[in-house]
Amino acid sequence: MDLEFRDDDLAFQAEVRAFIGANLPLDLQEKVSRGLHLEKDDYVFWQQKLNGQGWFAPHWPEDLGGVKWTPTQHFLFQNEQVEANCPPIMPFGVRMVAPVIFTYGSMEQKQRFLPSILDSTAWWCQGYSEPGAGSDLASLQTKAVRDGDHYVVNGAKTWTTLAQHADWIFCLVRTSSEGKPQEGISFLLIDMTSPGIEVTPIITIDGAHEVNSVFFTDVRVPVENRIGEENKGWTYAKFLLLFERSNSLTGSLKQQLHRLRAVAGQERLGAQSLMADPSFAAKLADYEVQLRTYEFLELRTLGNSQPGAEASYLKIIGTDLQQLASELTLQAVAYYGNPYIRDALVLGYNQPAVGPDYAAPSAPQYFNYRKTAIYAGSNEIQRNILSKAVLGM
Amino acid sequence: MDFSLSEEQQMLKDSVQRFVRDEYELEARRKLVASDIGYSEANWAKMAELGWLALSLPEEYGGIGGNAVDTMVLMEEFGRGLVVEPYMTSIIIGGGFLMAGGSAAQKTVLLPKLAAGELKLAFAYAERQSRFDLNDVECKAEKSGDGYTITGHKGVVFHAATADKIIVSARTSGGSRDEDGITLFLVDNNCSGLTRRDYPTVDGLRASEVEMDGVTVGADAVLGSVGGGAALMEEVVGLAIAAICAEAVGCMDVLQETTNEYLKTRVQFGVPLSKFQVLQHRMVDMFMECEQARSMCYMVNLKVGDEDPVERAKSVSAAKVQIGNSGRFVGQQSVQLHGGMGMTDELHVGHYFKRLTMIDTMFGNKDHHLKRYADL
Repeated sequence: MDLEFRDDDLAFQAEVRAFIGANLPLDLQEKVSRGLHLEKDDYVFWQQKLNGQGWFAPHWPEDLGGVKWTPTQHFLFQNEQVEANCPPIMPFGVRMVAPVIFTYGSMEQKQRFLPSILDSTAWWCQGYSEPGAGSDLASLQTKAVRDGDHYVVNGAKTWTTLAQHADWIFCLVRTSSEGKPQEGISFLLIDMTSPGIEVTPIITIDGAHEVNSVFFTDVRVPVENRIGEENKGWTYAKFLLLFERSNSLTGSLKQQLHRLRAVAGQERLGAQSLMADPSFAAKLADYEVQLRTYEFLELRTLGNSQPGAEASYLKIIGTDLQQLASELTLQAVAYYGNPYIRDALVLGYNQPAVGPDYAAPSAPQYFNYRKTAIYAGSNEIQRNILSKAVLGM
Repeated sequence: MDFSLSEEQQMLKDSVQRFVRDEYELEARRKLVASDIGYSEANWAKMAELGWLALSLPEEYGGIGGNAVDTMVLMEEFGRGLVVEPYMTSIIIGGGFLMAGGSAAQKTVLLPKLAAGELKLAFAYAERQSRFDLNDVECKAEKSGDGYTITGHKGVVFHAATADKIIVSARTSGGSRDEDGITLFLVDNNCSGLTRRDYPTVDGLRASEVEMDGVTVGADAVLGSVGGGAALMEEVVGLAIAAICAEAVGCMDVLQETTNEYLKTRVQFGVPLSKFQVLQHRMVDMFMECEQARSMCYMVNLKVGDEDPVERAKSVSAAKVQIGNSGRFVGQQSVQLHGGMGMTDELHVGHYFKRLTMIDTMFGNKDHHLKRYADL
């Protein structure tokens, strides 16, 4: 056992820092650090910058555009980015569907889909949940019926994140009602410009338009857009879910902690800052200890080649901490969590802030982060997985 | 000991329930929240007509002379409906100040108008640096001629835009956190030197930043004694906390009932969610939080008039702590158990969750009241 990063890891860390310093524009950094609204172009800009350096898809096989990094380097890379306030990577293409394509797709599919994911010219979204299939994903009902060289798809997907920007959607569809629900599912890649697709916004409790419903009416999808075998989609779907759940949160949790500390340092409680208040300081310390625990939990799993059961406990503990930090931040701003001025979350809002300028995102973020314990398999479902898969119950 | 409602209280409850059913369907509320003033003047007139605005005000000034428990009955139903009219700021706080500290002239002129729905009041106390300390007041009032000149900033003043008069806490003497030396003033909203920046709040209400730059008022604008505002604020904010606890109990009960119903009807894995033991236990925990919150709500409304100031203050802070705890758990779990649906603006669950979240902040959050309780 050894805690120290090796010299080459530290050199790598310095290289990443230097790259970010030279390439991340200040206004973009400000948007991220202040928790302001990010446009599609903001994400694409940064992803293309990374790709120019060959760092956009480090976890892919080298011959397809990946980099041969150690697990430690992957960890450092992700966390450096978050700590430097880079825009987050949109995971749906590069981290979610791409591993499915390069693991289970045909040569033709790899050649067709991976390059546009790599250069961010194609935006992907995820067609998993349905109105009647949430935690019980396998009960999904969107139907794909074979008609010659095509499938005809009918049904509805929901909670589709940023589908309003998407060029493609990867979809779980029902191709058979025989046997167990898991046995009749196929994995289709669907062009969002296909006739019969309608995207409607879902406004969430923080007032944001982040998720959507996607409706399919007689949408014709070429059979060649199916990944792997018909009715074997559940295998690919679960493979993808492990990646969805295994996103490292250490960096973003540290980021939340930095922000919280900054807020608590500026908020006053009597003659001192909120930070100097012993009971708030104790809460902060408690949070920090939990974060440190999470970090080491994550570090211990770094060597694992593929995410497994640890993806479930990291998701539970990590999202609990995300929610807790957002709650403490809302508590810290006291009455200034109340004002709700949607435009104040857009960079360039040309009126002075109501109250301190760090206060505006605090309530929307607290409300928004309630989703983290629900999405990617609710934390209750993660506990079911752990009790079965790890504890054998 | 008797925790049952009187016949009059039961009638009041029924009548507020009818109002909420008729006027506060979620879509109707959505329209009110998005409207110019953020609530309905017609609803306000109706509240006046039904005697609700007069409920807590004294009989000799056009009121009904009800007690804290009467107000509790009404506020609980307002909580169930997420009612957005400025009842708290105008009647409970504004009326409370007039009753507790108003001169005979102020009472005679203002209370009947308040009861009739012809006058609205707001309360400007918080400042950027003050957090939840009512006595952390930097806004200054200096003697000038017979009256005073007020200069300073007040933050997050609820329903200031639609108030006729704003009750302002300002320092007439002493250091910025001294208990002594705070004076309350009744300031006309449209007076010169006062500017407002109005905005909606995250839970569907309205508030304003209020800037006063040399606002002049006469000596008759003083509410209560000069320099003695702290005790008055403590008394009236105690009443407000007792009332908001009842509002929170109404919110929590709706969430608890709705979530229970949802678990019984939402089918996943071939059975209703209510068949899963982990969710049954969560639901039971929510139910127990509601019962505890209700208990403390009754307690504080029975004790808020207590003669012993320490006992009164302890009751107020204890209730606010419990409401904060229960509201947090019930609100968060209602969203969680509704899954993605709980995250949508379309469902009413999120709106109750947001209101409960902000109720914890009102008049001091759990941390503030725990500390106050410990210090008493």
